[in-house]
Formats: sequence, C-alpha cells, structure tokens
Amino acid sequence: MDDLLRDFLTESAENLAKLDNDIVELEQRPQETSLLNSVFRTIHTIKGTCGFLGLSRLEGIAHAAENVLDALRAGRLEVRSTLIGDVLAAVDCIKEILGHLEATEAEPEGDDSALIAKLEYWLQVAEGTTIEPPKAAAPAPPADWDGSDRRKQAPKPEDDGGHHHVSDSTLRVGVTLLDQLMNLVGELALSRNQLIQLASAHEDSEFANPVQQLNRVTTDLLEAVMKTRMQPIGNAWTKLPRVVRDLSHANGKQISLEMHGAETELDRQILQAIQDPLTHMIRNSADHGVEAPAERRAAGKAETGTIRLSARHEGGHVVIEIRDDGAGINADRVRRKAVERGLVKAEAADAMPDAQILRFIFEPGFSTAEKITNVSGRGVGMDVVRSNIEAIGGTVEISSQSGRSTTIRVKIPLTLAIISALLVGTAGEAFAVPQIGVVELVRVTEEQHDLIENVHGAQFYRLRDTLLPLVPLHTLLRMKATASLDSYNIVVCQVGEARFGLVVEEVFDTQEIVVKPVGRLVKHLQAYAGCTITGDGRVIMILDTTGIATMAQVSSNETREEAAEAAKRSLALAQDDSKESVLLFDAGFPALQGVPLSLVARLEEFPLSALEEADGHFLVQYRGALIPVLSANPSMDLRAMDPRPVIVFSDRERTMGVAVNEIRDIVEDHVTLQRSATRPGVLGVCVIAERATEIIDTDYFLRRAHGDWFQQERGSTGSHTPKRVLLVDDSRFFLGLLSPVVRAAGYTVSTAADGKDALARLERGERFDIIVSDIDMITVDGVQLARTIRGNPAWADVPLIALTARNSSEDRAQGLTAGFDAYLTKLDRDLVLSTMHNLLTEQRVAA
Amino acid sequence: MSASTAQTSAAIKAANAASHAEYVTFRLADQWLGIPVMIVQEVLVPQRIARVPLAPESIAGFLNLRGQIVTSVDLRTTLGLTLRADDAEYMNVVVRHDGELFAFMVDEVGDVLSVPNDAVEPALATLDQRWRAACTGIVRRDRGLLIVMNVRELLRLEHVAS
Repeated sequence: MDDLLRDFLTESAENLAKLDNDIVELEQRPQETSLLNSVFRTIHTIKGTCGFLGLSRLEGIAHAAENVLDALRAGRLEVRSTLIGDVLAAVDCIKEILGHLEATEAEPEGDDSALIAKLEYWLQVAEGTTIEPPKAAAPAPPADWDGSDRRKQAPKPEDDGGHHHVSDSTLRVGVTLLDQLMNLVGELALSRNQLIQLASAHEDSEFANPVQQLNRVTTDLLEAVMKTRMQPIGNAWTKLPRVVRDLSHANGKQISLEMHGAETELDRQILQAIQDPLTHMIRNSADHGVEAPAERRAAGKAETGTIRLSARHEGGHVVIEIRDDGAGINADRVRRKAVERGLVKAEAADAMPDAQILRFIFEPGFSTAEKITNVSGRGVGMDVVRSNIEAIGGTVEISSQSGRSTTIRVKIPLTLAIISALLVGTAGEAFAVPQIGVVELVRVTEEQHDLIENVHGAQFYRLRDTLLPLVPLHTLLRMKATASLDSYNIVVCQVGEARFGLVVEEVFDTQEIVVKPVGRLVKHLQAYAGCTITGDGRVIMILDTTGIATMAQVSSNETREEAAEAAKRSLALAQDDSKESVLLFDAGFPALQGVPLSLVARLEEFPLSALEEADGHFLVQYRGALIPVLSANPSMDLRAMDPRPVIVFSDRERTMGVAVNEIRDIVEDHVTLQRSATRPGVLGVCVIAERATEIIDTDYFLRRAHGDWFQQERGSTGSHTPKRVLLVDDSRFFLGLLSPVVRAAGYTVSTAADGKDALARLERGERFDIIVSDIDMITVDGVQLARTIRGNPAWADVPLIALTARNSSEDRAQGLTAGFDAYLTKLDRDLVLSTMHNLLTEQRVAA
Repeated sequence: MSASTAQTSAAIKAANAASHAEYVTFRLADQWLGIPVMIVQEVLVPQRIARVPLAPESIAGFLNLRGQIVTSVDLRTTLGLTLRADDAEYMNVVVRHDGELFAFMVDEVGDVLSVPNDAVEPALATLDQRWRAACTGIVRRDRGLLIVMNVRELLRLEHVAS
C-alpha cells in the first residue's frame, strides 16, 4: 500500500472515532463552539487530503458536510437532531468508503447524490431559500449503502483472526518513547549479562534454568524493540525519483531510476544519517554519470540511461549500491588530478591500480578544488559523503568501467544502539573496539618482533606484503605501559581506505554491547565513540577507530603514504644498501644534477603567480606556510619559466624548495662519488646511468634557506670547543651525505674509509669524542672495530654509534654486545644528531 | 474566619518557602560548600570508577549507577585544591544537571541546611578566581563560612579546564 494512503487511513481512523462522539455531544450541547470547531476541522482535513489523493467520492461527501458545519459555525443554521442525523450519515458514509479503501486501495463505486442533496438542503435553509423543515422521515440511504448492511460489514476483530485492518494494527508511538524503551531494554540486557556471569559460577544452581529463560526472553525482547525503531530504507528514497526527473529534464537527458529492496529495514537513526549522502550520490550519477542521449547513441548504448539503486541485508549490515550505466570514470584523469593536487607522488600514482586510484575521489583535496566535470565529475562533495558514512561506522567504495558504468557500494550497520565489539585491554584498562572497524587480529610473539620496522620514530608491522602503521593504544591514550611485554596483539583496523594496527596488550572476547553516549565533559575526546557497561558492571570506553586514525594521522592519505614510502625505502636499504634511488634534474649546468630520492620530500610545480618576492628572496605558499625557494643554479632567472618545477626538501620543521629547469628521471643505481665537490652546493660527481652527474648538497641549500636553525644546533652542543667526530663508512657516497650534516651541527668531522682505516687513525694517536661507524665493511667490520676499541683502555670510553642498514634483532644484539652505545638504522639525520648529542651529554655528566 | 486563617497560613508558608532555600552541604579540605538540594539526586559511598584516558584532569572517570553512566568529577581538582591522598575517604554527591548525571567527589557530606535567602551574602571579591566564578553567595555560620555553589558554573569550570 502506498505510504501516503496508509498514513491517511491511520490518521482518519483516529479522527473519525472521535468525530462520532463529538457530533453526538454537539447535539446535546449545541452552544459548545470548541466542539463544533473540532468537528469542522476533522471533516475539513479529510476533504483536503482526499483532493490530494484523488479520492473524488470521499471529497464530494466531505465537502458537502463541511459546508453544513461551516454554516453552523457561522450561526446561519441551528443545531437540530435532523441536521445532526444527516451529518452523522455523511460520517458513516465516509467511514464506509474508508473501509473499502483499506481493503482494496480504491474507492468503491457508488452514488452519493441523495446524501449530498440532503446536506445541500440544509444550506438552502441557511440561505433562507427554503423555510420548510426537513422531512421527518428517515433519510434515503445512498444507493449502494444501507445501515443494516454496514453494521454487518463492520470489522469484528474477535472473529477476524487473519485479517488486520491498518487502522487497528498500527499505533502512533512517540520516538522518545521508543528511545526510552531501547534504553531500558539495553539496561535489561546488561543486567542479564551480569546474571549469566554470576550463574555460570554455579552451574548446578537452581537459578540456572530461570536465568537461561531470562536470557532467551531478553534477547527476543531486544530484537523486538530494535525492530520498532526500524524503518524501510524506501523512506529515505522517496525524494529521489523527483531529483532524477528534475536533473534529467534540466540537462536534456533521459534517465530511468530503478529502485530495488526499498523494504530493507534499518534503524531510523541510520536512515536519517544516510539520506543526504544518498541523495548526493544519486544526484552525481544523474548529473555527471549518465551521458546525454546523443552521446549514448554514439557509444552504442540505449538513449535512456539507467540508475539502479538497490539495498539488501548482508550479515548484520545493509549494503546499498548505486550503479549507473553512464560514461564511467577515467582513472587516468583521476590519477593526473591526484598528482596535481599533491595527494600522491607521480611515481606512486603510476604504480597504483585503477581501483585504488578511484578512491582519491573521496579525498577532500580532490573534490573541493574546482569543477571537475571533465573527470566525469564525481568530485563535488564526495569527501563529505564518505565522512558522513564513516561517521555511522559505514564504508563506501567506488568502482568503474570506463565508458560503461560506475558503481558505488555503501555498507552501513543496521543499528547504532547495540553493536558487536571486541574487548581489549591495555595498561590495566579494558576498552571496546567496534567490530565493524576490525579487519583481523595479529598476535606478535617475541620471535616475531623482527616484523616490526622502526622508521622515523614510527612503527610498522610487516603484514604479508604490506606495511601496517602501528598505533600503540597506551601511547595514544597517554597511559603507562606495562613494562616490557613478550607478546602483544595488533588489532588491524580499517577506516575508509586507511588501515592501521592498534597495539594492545590483551584481547578478550567479542560481545554485543549497548552504546551509551559519553557525558558532555569528555564528549570532545576523539578517541571515544561512547561507553558501555559490561557484564560485571564495569564501565568501559568504546574506542572510535575513525577518531583514532585522525589522532594518529594514519587516515590522511599523505602521511600514510609518505610513511609507508619511507618504510619501503628503509627496507630497500636493508636489502640492498648499495643501490640508491636518485632523482635527476636539469638546472642549466652542463652536467645533470642528482639528489638521493630519500632526501626529497616532494616534487611540485608552482605557477609563477604563486612565487612572491620579499627582501630579495623568493617565497611560496605551501600547505599553509611560506617556504623559501632557492635556485639550483645562481644564474637561473626564476621568472623565466611558468610553472616552475621545484624540489621540496624537508628537515623536520623546516621546508624549502629548490627551483630547477626540468625533472628528468628517477634512476636506481650504485652511487659512488668519484670526485669531490667542485663548487658550493655540490657534494661531488658520480656516474649514474652512464652519465656524469653532480650530486647536490641538500644541507647547503637548507642552510642557506634557514641559516638560523643551524646556529641553534651549534649552540645546542653546549660546548665552545667543537667535538671531534670520526665517521667510518666504506661508502664514499654515504660519508659525503653524512659529513656535511654533522659538520653543520657544529662538530669537527674526520672520515675513515673502513674499520681498518679507523683503527689506524686511532693507533696514530688521533683522538675523537665520538665515533659513528657502519657495520658492513670489508676489512675490519663495525663489530670488530667496536670490540677492538672497547678492548683498548686508552679508547674504551669513547661513545660508539652504529649506523647501519642491518636491522634484525640479532644484528642489534650483536652490535650492542660488541660495545656500541647506540644502534641506529640508516638514515635518519635527526636521530643521528640527537643520539650523538645525548651520548656526549651523558658522558659529560658521568665525568 | 476559619477560611481566612487557612489562607493566611498558606500565604505564610508560601512566603517562607520563597524566602528559604535548602542546601546540601559538603566539605572540601577545610571549606564547607553548599549546592541546592533540588538538584542532588543522592549521596553515594565510593564506587568503582572507570578511568577515561585523555579526559581533563578533574574527571575521575565514569561510574555505573544502576545502569546509568555518571561522570565523576573531583571537585578538589576543579577548584584547585591539593589532591586527596589515594587512600583517603570520600563521598559522591550525585547531581542531575541538564538531564545528565554527575558525581562530585567530596571529602565529607554534611547536613541539609535551610538558609533564609537574605542570609546569603554576595561572594567576596577576594575569593580565588575559580571559586568566585562558581560561587553564588556566602552564608555565615557559627562553624564558619558556607560557600554556595552553582552547579552549572562548576561544570563550566570543568569545560574551561579541558
């Protein structure tokens, strides 16, 4: 039955029941204007709705009755029983027709002219055109209607078991009452859980059976109450045909909207939450997805495009699909756009499969930028769609066949009130993690600690072939961790496209929990989605994986990607440290220039208009900050090219750009510096891809751009006599990279080509305040070097730092046993400098 | 005559009710404070409190009061007093504010006091700023001052602190 008709029947049934009483009372108390008004309003409402629904017979009767009542209200007629009788007859007739409507959804055939004539007669009386009182005889009943028959037809619920009338079987109940019921049932479920826990301790107790019974009833009750809050998803779809129709008319398109599974039910709270995102996605499909008829004809498709909207239940979730047979999305355009928008690096974008590329459509930077109808235009506001869906614990995916179709798949939970959650524990506290966000669980034992990679202070877990960023829960929540654990658990969480591993100490079990809102004083905390009461009466917090992803910055594409890339680089180093990715560029010098890719933060192209000149320096707005831009070649005119390619370097807080003429290539090669520096800004020359290439000194540029920073670093060593550092490494390239950094931090730097060289210098009587050494060296390796140094009383006190690509725990243990004070993984400059600084400070304190 | 007497006594009662206010009194360190009795739901012995990491310092956590979540607020922290020793005794004054339950952790709960409205004096300008913000008045008693607090402001202090 049509919803509108159903509502009308329900409402009319309620009103008419009251009407009978009101009219009868009116006869007794004709002066009661409020009664008269109430009767008039009811009939008036029915008349109005009938016209709207196209129920002409009903409308005719209601109209005639309304006129009579209006005349009564105006005082043009007086209440008398014959008049009231006629009005009641009209009401009965209305009821009769409504009953028929309910059964057949159509008005019965029939002639009401007699009834209407009787009512109109009263109007004539009111106008004074007739003074004759109405005949005392009983009014002739309408042709198809008879009082005694009506009584026979009247519903008798007692003997009518199978058939329920809409007006009998439907009640209007306030939403607040439903919410209250939900709360109460939730609390009942909690008490039930407590009872079960208590009863399980005494298995043979006489309570066991009643508790079991209570358990069953509570579960059924919970389900039933949840159902009261359910509404068919079709309620959120009612506006869509109109939206599609208007859009197709406006754009001269032919679109048919198919809707399947409108009866699929879900919680009203969720229904409300998805209404806007759904409308938005349908609008997108109609606006940008489906092509104009001519275009479709040319592509060999039917002129009428189809948008298919479907919903179905799928294992505790509702899956909604929006599929159009339009032009699809051109993944290459999205790829280009994503690179232009700085959402991904060009080389990374090229390596991504199309399916992954399409996900950029949901990125904020992607959609808000500009009109992108030429990318088949799915952009505007899709980030909002995603965040709205994720806010209710849902996910959204997009797939497309270029030229053929686009499908958006939304998966949302059935309800927000009761969720399945994984209970975990860390630092002595228990937390609940909503199951919908959990992908898998990984237990990390002591032997598997190798699978954890440390990169730039961030931890990653090697999960099959991917690197999973780790978020230790106790760190995130600033709790005291339980001291050194042999094993712990990783809860792999999925938030939108991002995955991360929540590190917890213990994983308990999965429970259905009732979500309770947290109080206003802690509402602002992103980490929590609510709280719940467990079976034993404890309150525990429900973690919000979306919020945690934001807090830990694993959700933003950029940081995740950068971190993952950094991790990959360090892995690559670990596997083959002699090869290095080098970015080659042209800066107007005779030779090509190169810079290790590991030092490059990003490649950009800035339009000339973005470059601002201030005080002889060029600056550019970059992610909300002004960063300096220097030319790679002093003779370069920055203005000569628009847009200008710029390599961005980043050193923790400091960021700067080096302007070049052209980015040429990225090559992976064995890099060995052949000749040392020829001019400032160049570390040396090496042969890369059979061409002589100058390797630029990034620290030179950073220093020029941010002179003050290095001043501070120098001051921070806290000593006026510079400390002497010996760097030991058999890679000249590496020494070339590291020496300027260390020198810039205020140290005096000496270098040794391997362990043997280093020992020779020590034996010659050279003294160093600190030694930084590689491990893998041919003649005397780092471990031997450390043992020898520690074995000689004259040198034994020198702090030793291992700086190596070897990162397994055995290697680490071996290095530390041999006598290294710190064991660092190549190459984190900041970490090297801070470790040096700490060791030297410690030594001073100890002395 | 009798009718008019009844009317008079009702009027006196009404006037009395209007001129008196009842306060639940409690102690924090050496200071006695009062909050209107109407908003106090009950007084509880210490309960198991679930900590809420990252919450403002004065939020002790959540407690389960017959299935309802109650936010526990340590008023000592809110009002900038020294922290209570871990093993020190305390009581919970449960108040309902804007449909939400809060449990104020206090050192000791005293009597319910009926105070004539004209005995409530304005707050002293010299009061600590945090106290003054939440203080609606001061009552002189033989046992010392009773500071009347406004719960809305107390909870707002919480918010500012966070």
